[in-house]
Amino acid sequence: MSAGPDLARRPLRRAEGRLPLRRGPISLVLRPRALIVAGILLAVICLLTVVALGSGTYRLAPAEVLEVLRGGGRPMDRTVVLQWRLPRAVAAVALGALLGISGGLFQTVTRNPLASPDILGLANGAFTGMLLTLVLVSSSWPLLSAGAVLGGAATALLIWALARTGGVQGFRLIVVGIGVSAMLASLNTWMLLQIELETAMFAAAWGAGTLNGLTAPPVIGAVLCAVPLLAVLAVLGPSLRQLDLGDDMAAASGVRPARVRSAALLIAVALVSLATAVIGPVSFIALAAPQIARRLARAPHLSPMLSGLTGAALLLLSDLVAEHLLPLLARTREAVAAALPALAAHLPAGPAPVPLPAGVVTVSVGGLYLVLTLIQEIRRRA
Amino acid sequence: MIPRHRRPLGAAALLLGVLIAVALSLALGANPLPLALMWDTLQGGGTAESQFVLGTRGPRTLAGILAGACLGVAGALMQAFTRNPLADPGILGVNAGAAFAVALGVALLGLDHVSAMVWPAFGGALAVTVAVYLIGSSGRGAADPVRLTLAGVALGAVLSGVTTGLTLSNPEAFDAMRGWHAGSLLGRGGEVLLGVLPFALIGLIVAALLAPGLNAIALGEDVARAQGADVRLIRLGVVVAVTLLAGSATAIAGPISFIGLMVPHAARWVFGTDQRVILPVSAVLAPLIVLVSDVLGRLLIAPAEVPVGIVTAFVGAPVLVLLARRRRARGLGALR
Repeated sequence: MSAGPDLARRPLRRAEGRLPLRRGPISLVLRPRALIVAGILLAVICLLTVVALGSGTYRLAPAEVLEVLRGGGRPMDRTVVLQWRLPRAVAAVALGALLGISGGLFQTVTRNPLASPDILGLANGAFTGMLLTLVLVSSSWPLLSAGAVLGGAATALLIWALARTGGVQGFRLIVVGIGVSAMLASLNTWMLLQIELETAMFAAAWGAGTLNGLTAPPVIGAVLCAVPLLAVLAVLGPSLRQLDLGDDMAAASGVRPARVRSAALLIAVALVSLATAVIGPVSFIALAAPQIARRLARAPHLSPMLSGLTGAALLLLSDLVAEHLLPLLARTREAVAAALPALAAHLPAGPAPVPLPAGVVTVSVGGLYLVLTLIQEIRRRA
Repeated sequence: MIPRHRRPLGAAALLLGVLIAVALSLALGANPLPLALMWDTLQGGGTAESQFVLGTRGPRTLAGILAGACLGVAGALMQAFTRNPLADPGILGVNAGAAFAVALGVALLGLDHVSAMVWPAFGGALAVTVAVYLIGSSGRGAADPVRLTLAGVALGAVLSGVTTGLTLSNPEAFDAMRGWHAGSLLGRGGEVLLGVLPFALIGLIVAALLAPGLNAIALGEDVARAQGADVRLIRLGVVVAVTLLAGSATAIAGPISFIGLMVPHAARWVFGTDQRVILPVSAVLAPLIVLVSDVLGRLLIAPAEVPVGIVTAFVGAPVLVLLARRRRARGLGALR
């Protein structure tokens, strides 16, 4: 194109709410609103982390938690915060971020705001792999993780291969994904029916996605594996944004759409597999985080950074609720029974005060979010 | 698509297929009956053992026919209504609502038999669909299919999360629900079927009345209005019929996947796009597939059984994948 170099030298039109920065061959577009949103999200994450580190049967005030994090505090406080609760909070932040980023990639590649890793059957595939490992091999943590990753990867490959005739199209990918996922979901239901009740409940909690009983080593492993993937993603970023223009336009600007899309999808699958290996298939974070982030920042495209921060905040909050909801309910019930003995006999027994899987909360909250968005949209139109 | 003059032949083949499926469903299982003995027993003779076997397989076969017909017609209505060939009756939140109510019933009231779960399932399905309709149709304009679908998916997600939480904190509820979720025709007594039957029949009648209007809607809503169809009324009718039909099916058998999705497809593929043909064909083809899947489930790992809902997923999913792989899948292109 003869107009190419000329076009590049012309200053870009300054759209509202963004500051183009250029120095030599490097150019950046800064969006102040996105930066502010990122700052707020970070603050929320810090706040929630302090709350998470302080709550439980052994309670700590925020000041005590901060004292421990600064290196002081009583020995007991240090053990509780640093050894018991910190791995879980870090896992929620780190893996929530991975899920958010991965979801954003899926939605960019398929250009479908409702796409999530689930369209590749990853959740169901990982659960199938985990169940098969549990039934046939052993119930040790690393092996279950490996089984889940293998199951997820095999499913993704299968769907990829089935959807591949004549280039992967977003639409065909989704339909094939629905079909294979449904089949695997049935297989999982079937396997859950075949095993002992206690084992099945353990498996089902994992299948919903849970941070209960998490230890530090798998979290550290997952984060270490994610770093190089995120580095590749950072390099890929600009070409990925070109895809939003449509394949022809993207190709005209020097991007190879098919290649970029495959690479992005591969990274997305890898990121979600890492998260799934550690905490099981937590649903809705990957679906909702990029869209919430986009709304907050009012940005035209999905930003991986904001998707990641939103995902981290969402998972942290969901896990906080999941861990403490039922124990809190039981404590409230006891308090009421103690205060009003006459009423005690009439109170319903209530569910056992066990920590729930975080996935239970994410799916409910995600659904609620969808309902609310829908009502809001209807109001706006009315 | 078969030519118009061969359609009676196609219909006859379908009916014959259903008859064969019914016979297979009565004859085969862990304790197979020879055809002659089965015929004897049906007429009041036979041995005590054969009478007992037919006494359990009879209601089971009827349950398969009823649930199948309901699902097939509900699926056809849903696909015509949303003009989305991948729409499934479960989209309106029927399954999630039924599952939630059953889980509540088991956890709070201690229900322990499938017959006792029928009415909570039906009530849950009904309540959730009404809620979905209210959310989807609030504000200006009638309930448009996209909004209804989103509302159904969203509410379904909320309920499924709560259901999972409920079952994971209550082992008995978990045990009951893992069986219910698979979708099965086993142990549904005759009185249960009779109780659900009126609702299913009303649903079928409403569906039959809707067929011409659905043909008009297929051309686009403006054209339908120009032809004198009352789009609002048709939409309401579809929601009522789908609720009754899918609710009945789910109450009887639990969530049976893919029947509502695949059967109308097959009907369209063979008999064309006239809803007045698709609805009855779906009503016959769906029971055929449910019964065959149920029989397969009994034979696959005999003497144990695979629940029918799991078999239908394994029959239906490959068909869906094949459809998606065809270059210009008929009708699927509408989604792009």
